[in-house]
Amino acid sequence: MTAQPAAQPRTRPVAERQARPPRFAFSWSRVLLAVLCGLVLLFLIAPVVIVIPMSFSAAKYLSFPPPGFSLQWYENFFNRSDWTSAMIQSIRVAFTVMILATVLGIMASLALVRGNFPGKDLINAVIVSPLIVPTIIVAIAIYGIYARLHLVQTFFGLVLAHTVLALPYVIVNVTATLRGFDIRLEQAAQNLGANPLQTFRYVTLPLIAPGIFAGAVFAFIASFDELIVALFIAGAQGRTLPMRMFEGLRLEIDPTIASVSSMLITFSVLVLLSAELVRRRGRTEA
Amino acid sequence: MAVTARRPAVGAQIAVDPRMRKLYLRRQAALFGLLLPALLLLLVLFVYPILRLLVTSVYDQGIISLEHYRRIVEVDVYLRVMRTTFTIALQVTAICLVLGYPLAYFLSTLRARTARLLLILVLIPFWTSILVRTYAWMVLLQRQGVVNRWLLELGLIDEPLRMMYNRIGVLVGMVHVLLPFMVLPAFAVMRGIDRDLIRAAQNLGATPLQAFLRIFFPLSLPGVAAGSLLVFILALGFFITPALMGGRTEIMIAQLMEDQIRTQLNFPFAAALGTVLLAVTLVIFVIYNRLLGLDKIFGGDVS
Repeated sequence: MTAQPAAQPRTRPVAERQARPPRFAFSWSRVLLAVLCGLVLLFLIAPVVIVIPMSFSAAKYLSFPPPGFSLQWYENFFNRSDWTSAMIQSIRVAFTVMILATVLGIMASLALVRGNFPGKDLINAVIVSPLIVPTIIVAIAIYGIYARLHLVQTFFGLVLAHTVLALPYVIVNVTATLRGFDIRLEQAAQNLGANPLQTFRYVTLPLIAPGIFAGAVFAFIASFDELIVALFIAGAQGRTLPMRMFEGLRLEIDPTIASVSSMLITFSVLVLLSAELVRRRGRTEA
Repeated sequence: MAVTARRPAVGAQIAVDPRMRKLYLRRQAALFGLLLPALLLLLVLFVYPILRLLVTSVYDQGIISLEHYRRIVEVDVYLRVMRTTFTIALQVTAICLVLGYPLAYFLSTLRARTARLLLILVLIPFWTSILVRTYAWMVLLQRQGVVNRWLLELGLIDEPLRMMYNRIGVLVGMVHVLLPFMVLPAFAVMRGIDRDLIRAAQNLGATPLQAFLRIFFPLSLPGVAAGSLLVFILALGFFITPALMGGRTEIMIAQLMEDQIRTQLNFPFAAALGTVLLAVTLVIFVIYNRLLGLDKIFGGDVS
């Protein structure tokens, strides 16, 4: 029983007190700080924003501001099969990875939070380590064994490798929601006659849904944006979008990338917004 | 991870009744079964390949030898790659610190709602593909790029500056990618600092600067240290930005590894380079774990 109150997020009261910080008196140092921070934020956001008008440029070369409006780079993208097939391949891989990582991740998270077995700390460490070990190491290590397993240049091989990288994101997010969750709700369901599967389906799953959603989104993006592992094991046939973009940037800058980039930026903003909405809904329900 | 420490007490209690104990063990076995698929995947495609990489690195033509490591420290070209990698990682960390600390501090002093809004400006690039952002910087920094054009039109320079295919391009691109990794943990820690402590210090006669330096700054250090170590670790293994925006003569360790495998076909040497990179990363990571704990890294808290 003693574990229950401690499992609640302990930072809540502090965060609430911080919700209304002290009003600062006007001072020049604060104005200076605000200006400096404005510049840093500009540095962060400007390159992302500038790509969008450039993608509608009527010029043959990259120029800013664009001399006129045109959809030529979008046309170029959708008319060229090397671009569209790379995009489709990336979506297929990332979607499969998302499903696989989310299912395996939910199962592992339940075990890691509820279970009590020897070596749990070690297992925890192994599970998060793909986030820390440089991707180039993971890439060459997997490349090293894939040659013998005949998994190089296969869809399945790339999916499995990306799942290794995506899994920690799901587990970190799902275990976080599982820990902040009152286990007595599950006990109550079981006392009322639910079997473990029903308990999971009707009690646990809805309550941890925000964590699962966040984890799944992370997993999708981890695979969709991944270049280095794909570079080693995907091969020309299964070329992903990041690989095609990398080729398009390596020798000379292909302006078609402006249109791909704009679509990807729009996509990430939409993802960010939906994650924020889910987070808010999760908070009001809790 | 803190939760695990409390569990044995429950287990010990249950151990008293043999029937309860049997139920408990069966439940634990079922839970372990849930873990198995993920664990198996990681063992086969992560732990084993990396262990094999380490073993490969100490073999040379079938016999155990440190030949590959000897080459790393004795051949000038490779030594220079190591030096470049560490220098760039340090420079990137320093720049992220200088830019990120004031930003995190400023955001932490704002109302929660305003801070969240401004944080979106940090999160949008954070969620955007590195390739997209590298592309944007290439457009901005190239010889006929946006920045050069504007500087020329303003009359600030007479001829275009070289800002790409050299150290400047690599630093700008890498700082842009890694700055959120500094700002987010620093902000999370700073937001948790009790502002009443600052008020108390000021009531006791400290000037605002003294209160900042002696109360706020030391309390913010865990977040800053975590951010710095994270940025440093990630910078060491960087590939995309230096490959696209760096010079031909100044390459980083990840580029050398890629080149060794894809063009030189020298897997053992790449494995040795990987081992060095891994060792450094793990040492820093252990320090990181002591400072802030594993689960704080990519936790959903700040997103």
